[in-house]
Amino acid sequence: MAFEGLADKLQAAFKKLSSRGKLTEKDVKDAMREVRMALLEADVNYLVVKDFVKRVTDRAVGEEIFSTLNAGQTVIKIVREEMTALMGGSQAKLEFTGNPPTVIMLIGLQGAGKTTLAGKLAGMLQKQGKRPMLVAADVYRPAAVKQLQVVGGQVGVPVFEMGQGDPVNIVREGKREAIRTIKDVMIVDTAGRLQIDDNLMRELEQIKAELRPQEILLVVDAMTGQEAVNVAKTFDEKLGVTGVVLTKLDGDTRGGAALSIKAVTGKPIKFSSIGEKLDQIEPFYPDRMASRILGMGDVLTLIDKASALVDEKRAADLEQKLRKNQFTLEDFLDQFQQMRKMGGMNDMLAMLPGGSKIAQEVDEDELNRNMARTEAIILSMTPKERRNPSLLNASRKRRVAAGSGTTVQQINQLLKQFEQTQSMMKQFGRMGKMGKKGRRMPFKF
Amino acid sequence: MSEKKEKKGLFARLKEGMTKTRESITHAIDQLVGVYKELDDDFYDDLEAVLIGADVGVKTTEEIIARLKEEVRRRREGNPDAVRGILREIVAGMMEAEPFAPASPAVILVVGVNGVGKTTTIGKLGCHFKEMGKSVILAAADTFRAAATEQLTIWAQRADVPIVAHGEGADPAAVVFDAVASMKAKKADLLIVDTAGRLHNKAHLMEELKKIRRVIDRDFPQAQVHVLLVLDGATGQNGVTQARVFRDAVDLSGIILTKLDGTSKGGVVISIKEELQLPVYFVGVGEQKDDLQVFNAHDYAEAIF
Repeated sequence: MAFEGLADKLQAAFKKLSSRGKLTEKDVKDAMREVRMALLEADVNYLVVKDFVKRVTDRAVGEEIFSTLNAGQTVIKIVREEMTALMGGSQAKLEFTGNPPTVIMLIGLQGAGKTTLAGKLAGMLQKQGKRPMLVAADVYRPAAVKQLQVVGGQVGVPVFEMGQGDPVNIVREGKREAIRTIKDVMIVDTAGRLQIDDNLMRELEQIKAELRPQEILLVVDAMTGQEAVNVAKTFDEKLGVTGVVLTKLDGDTRGGAALSIKAVTGKPIKFSSIGEKLDQIEPFYPDRMASRILGMGDVLTLIDKASALVDEKRAADLEQKLRKNQFTLEDFLDQFQQMRKMGGMNDMLAMLPGGSKIAQEVDEDELNRNMARTEAIILSMTPKERRNPSLLNASRKRRVAAGSGTTVQQINQLLKQFEQTQSMMKQFGRMGKMGKKGRRMPFKF
Repeated sequence: MSEKKEKKGLFARLKEGMTKTRESITHAIDQLVGVYKELDDDFYDDLEAVLIGADVGVKTTEEIIARLKEEVRRRREGNPDAVRGILREIVAGMMEAEPFAPASPAVILVVGVNGVGKTTTIGKLGCHFKEMGKSVILAAADTFRAAATEQLTIWAQRADVPIVAHGEGADPAAVVFDAVASMKAKKADLLIVDTAGRLHNKAHLMEELKKIRRVIDRDFPQAQVHVLLVLDGATGQNGVTQARVFRDAVDLSGIILTKLDGTSKGGVVISIKEELQLPVYFVGVGEQKDDLQVFNAHDYAEAIF
């Protein structure tokens, strides 16, 4: 999970604090040394780190520390507040023009992930009811146009291209095409370039002058080191960046770049993107990210994800069924499939407080195999059996086992698990109106 | 004579490619040397910041500075001016390694995370070995990223070497299987395999990589297999993790450091060499087909300090 390494390290540093009753100035200094190390190891720019550590130390040593019983928590609170402030306070949104098309220009170094991000962004906007169009203005990298066409095809968004022509001309024609075909958002994929390549930077300035875009988003690889700051600074000075998108924020990527870029350029991070699947993009929430850094989990993101994916009507149906105690294996299967849509068990776990630790220990493949097995078993039952599992006598169970490539024992196990869930559901049902969280995630995992 | 000339040319190119890199870091050290009259704690603190700013990493930076201090003490050096020479010696010593010399036949598996420049690097590697008089085949086993095969095909044309490719979504191991067969039939010296960019924590993608490796080991046991990790020069400390995970999965031989024509210093390779003993073999300094340089520890140290 993103920032995991950093969260662990900070927690280790703070454990030293919270396990003692009183804090001395030296304690704070010791903890701050750990914070500094952790942040540097996470590739946060060293000047930003210096500033950050100083600010937190000043606040921690100065006031609350000596007056509070739980000093460790106080320090965590201060670190978290400062970190949130560092990453930009509240969440930044895209600007749309009243006079469409809204033009979004994507810029960045080679290999930052612009083309993939263009597809993700287009897909996301389309889901939100916009009519996006992609424009292929990377005329340099071999097959870049083709890649954008493929990506556009995958999300079902049209791609405007004119092969390897002049990029300024391409975007001009692209805008005409967008107006002609009544598109309200136009996303321009530009070629990756070094911020010190004056010729190519001039080309971007020309494209900007031609399009007068509402958004110029700088796409930055989350694995970037100390240079992230210089890159962002130069692109911003030359082009006036409106926001930053952080890509490849998967796995153990600590993404210190996120902390530095905002601090040094003052530009908000608008989205973060993980993975290669085209729906893996989400708004960047500085407050949540700060909580995540501190190992508080990211429950809010989880809830957001769930509500976007779970069909509201289905949820209402399910609630009805629960009230009437009609929860069946079919619904059970449905829940499993929805959960998978949310990005698998580990992604979900890692977003819960303390879940990242568990997620590391859980074998994701094993979990996925279990889920696949459950699915196979239920799919091998007749609709009647799914609705009424008590029909499953020994002979039926053997049939289901043969059909799903499992054993009768595994089927019994599943049935037992289902019964437990069912009785849990009954309790929920008796509670009358279910809480939001409960309705969306009736399973404990 | 001609050898000497070529060597100089190479050094100049590397230096040229790293001019910006060089400018910023040497400038920083120049400043240090200018400001400080003696080698005190403040001097070392500032030097530490310079090294960390070059992505060398905290641990390795501390190690370098410890060695520097010891060397300064041993030589009874009190002058900040002398520091640059000693720094170069230390880093060159750390980065020293045997050059990359694949026997014939050999398969080079090129791996790395997304967007580091694998496909471009393979194109350049193809040119490099072709110019050395070897017969080279490329295999487009990145069947995942949209248009990756097209991109490599264009590079194969530039390098004027044959390519083995299936379509998008094909089984990468099958591509490699065919490429190995083609290699045997043509008695080629080298097969260079492009693989899909994979974020190193995705277990099943690493499994796929292992499978490719098994195909080669099984079908062509006589061939040497080298796995080279391509690392973006702008990568920070995550580079160490990348190297470690790939090494554990497929037994890496070494590193190709790309995109050093920017302002990045690529200092993480020093940590990688220190912690994992993985050498850097090549450096990418541009997008042209001859913008790939054989890595030389002394040139590197000299160029960045």
